Amino acid sequence: MNLKRKATALEGRSYPTVAEIFHDGGTTTKCSALVMGLGNMAHKQLCKGMLFLAAELAYIIFMVRSGIHNIAMLPSLGSVPQAEVWNEELQVYLYTKGDQSILILLYGLATLLLTLIFLWIWRGTLRSAYRAEELDRAGQHVPAFSEDLKSLLDENLYRTLMTPPMFFILVLTILPLLFMICMAFTNYSKIDNHLVLFDWVGLSNFATLFDSGSVLGGTFWRVLIWTLVWAFFATFTNYFFGMILAILINRKGTKAKGFWRFCFVLSCAVPMFVSLLIMRTMLQPEGAVNVLLRSIGVIAPDASLPFFTNAMWARVTVIVINIWVGVPYTLLQLTGVLQNIPTDLYEAADMDGANKVQQFFSITLPYMFYVTTPYLIATFTSNVNNFNVIYLLSGGDPITNLASTAGDTDLLVTWLYKLTIEKQYYNIGAVVGILTFVILAIGSLLTYRNSKSYKEEGGF
Amino acid sequence: MKSAKTRSNVIVHIILAVLAIIWVFPIFWVILTSFRAEKGSYVSTFFPKAYTLGNYVKLFTDTTILNFPKMFVNTLIIAVFSCLLSTFFLLSAAYCLSRLRFRMRKPYMNMAMILGLFPGFMSMVAVYFILKAVGLTEGALIRLALILCYSGGAALSFQIAKGFFDTTPMAIDEAAMIDGCTRWQIFTKITLPLSKPIVIYTILTSFISPWVDFIFAKVICRANADQYTVAIGLWKMLEKEYIDNWYTCFAAGAVLISIPIAILFLKLQKYYVNGLGGAVKG
Repeated sequence: MNLKRKATALEGRSYPTVAEIFHDGGTTTKCSALVMGLGNMAHKQLCKGMLFLAAELAYIIFMVRSGIHNIAMLPSLGSVPQAEVWNEELQVYLYTKGDQSILILLYGLATLLLTLIFLWIWRGTLRSAYRAEELDRAGQHVPAFSEDLKSLLDENLYRTLMTPPMFFILVLTILPLLFMICMAFTNYSKIDNHLVLFDWVGLSNFATLFDSGSVLGGTFWRVLIWTLVWAFFATFTNYFFGMILAILINRKGTKAKGFWRFCFVLSCAVPMFVSLLIMRTMLQPEGAVNVLLRSIGVIAPDASLPFFTNAMWARVTVIVINIWVGVPYTLLQLTGVLQNIPTDLYEAADMDGANKVQQFFSITLPYMFYVTTPYLIATFTSNVNNFNVIYLLSGGDPITNLASTAGDTDLLVTWLYKLTIEKQYYNIGAVVGILTFVILAIGSLLTYRNSKSYKEEGGF
Repeated sequence: MKSAKTRSNVIVHIILAVLAIIWVFPIFWVILTSFRAEKGSYVSTFFPKAYTLGNYVKLFTDTTILNFPKMFVNTLIIAVFSCLLSTFFLLSAAYCLSRLRFRMRKPYMNMAMILGLFPGFMSMVAVYFILKAVGLTEGALIRLALILCYSGGAALSFQIAKGFFDTTPMAIDEAAMIDGCTRWQIFTKITLPLSKPIVIYTILTSFISPWVDFIFAKVICRANADQYTVAIGLWKMLEKEYIDNWYTCFAAGAVLISIPIAILFLKLQKYYVNGLGGAVKG
């Protein structure tokens, strides 16, 4: 047994590789590589075998009818433009159906993905056939179809529970992502009018964005730095503020815990979308905040604070408002975790005479970091990708550099939105998306893999 | 010793009071605005000069331009179904990853990690094309499309729930296994009831997302005004051509959609507090 097999054996049952099956398997097992399910049918698993065979037939029919064509069109992405043809009988111009590169790309990718899934099922049938053969040969009981079904609620429960979510993830997350990644290598953009027919252009979009001399390139670096600053502050202000608030509310001496929690949760109960729009209107030059400040005489009657009109003000404003929006959620999330801290740790600390601040730093914080590292990373990345807060609050404003497509509070994501939806520079948008990913991936994968909670789950 | 304790208690309560006022203030303001008789978004006084219920009446009777009742029903349907689906997806993924050991476990976790790093709506345009290709972007099917959008990726954000399951003792599962429970029974009869806080957290967040999101809804609904969700409707009310007439109605709408969510939140928040306190200690 090789090392890899040993490693997988630790995670579950050990599985033979395809090569091993071809080496050790019997005739029917080997034949199941061509006629899927044959091995199962030959070894008392008729229903299972029939299911595998049906899957194979469905795949072949699909490939013959449209799959092969879909893949064949991928390299060229289509070249036939829509044309007007004079129809003599009807006396009108009719439009012929031209190629639509975007659909060709989508169908081609979907077919490729389906093929991968099919290969995975194919390997599964081989294994299943091999296992049935092994059991049969050893004279052991080969599980009947009903037993297989029953095991789906017990030792194979993960298959039942993971398959539906996995299907939707494939169709609605992975496929669209691959699709967008491909766009980054095409000229699908309003520039030069490539919205119907477009071609592969290699890495030239990346070159444009990295060239800090160009307008797009200069904007990219500026937006990137602000995005990182924003994500850092947004994450940690919320985390610490929420944690301290949770501790304050839950400490022994605090009266009316329910009431305080109610006050904060109330702002959670208002959809974030709404509270952000409210905040935006309140912070306008003529909004409630300025009106209030004027009437109590903090600022002159005709002055207003430049919440979204001055770059620095706007940046601080979005971070502060983000605290207002986010802390109630953090409070709710962290309360549960805080209460899972074993109380005997605190009792022991009390005995040793540690005060509350010391307890916070040597018990609460380490425990919280241990349990919530994945949460923190997730929050950081979701803040880098925090579309709602920026888009609804400031909309990326103020725009100080009129030539660029991004304002001073624009994050990479809101810029991406502007590039794709408003400007229709799909390819540049996709490049921005990929670069966001790369930056996040390098940072968080390293921290995540080094975090204790990944290395020793459930150890604390 | 005792006076020091009282003093710190007083300080804590003052801090909490100040913070609570800051947090409640905007909500108070929007409720005031929803009863304001003067139109328009800019006012010179903080308290309205006259109060009226007209904004609420207009919201539900003036359906010619913006059909708010219809949007409300649309969003409610979408929210209920996507909440059911995504709660199921998320909790089952979290349970599998926390309690069961299988070959795809680590790869799945890494995959979720990687996918989470992509900007969420980088793929939005692509999702629209896919839904269009399967014919879900016309008429009432838009609802189904939105439900799928909101719940489809739910199983990727399992981290919090998994972290919670990880902290519930394995001993309970083992005991149940000895008593002859299948894993499905352990999941539904032991793990879920023991994890009420996280179950409720999941339900709430997934119920709320359709009310909050307007970007996805907008991209998928496009011009199908009769499929609009509340979020798009409210957003529309703040657009330049509507804001003068609809601003106070926006506030009224905001109050209205907050009510069901607020009730849910307040009813269920005790589960956050009780947590697992004392299920199994030591």
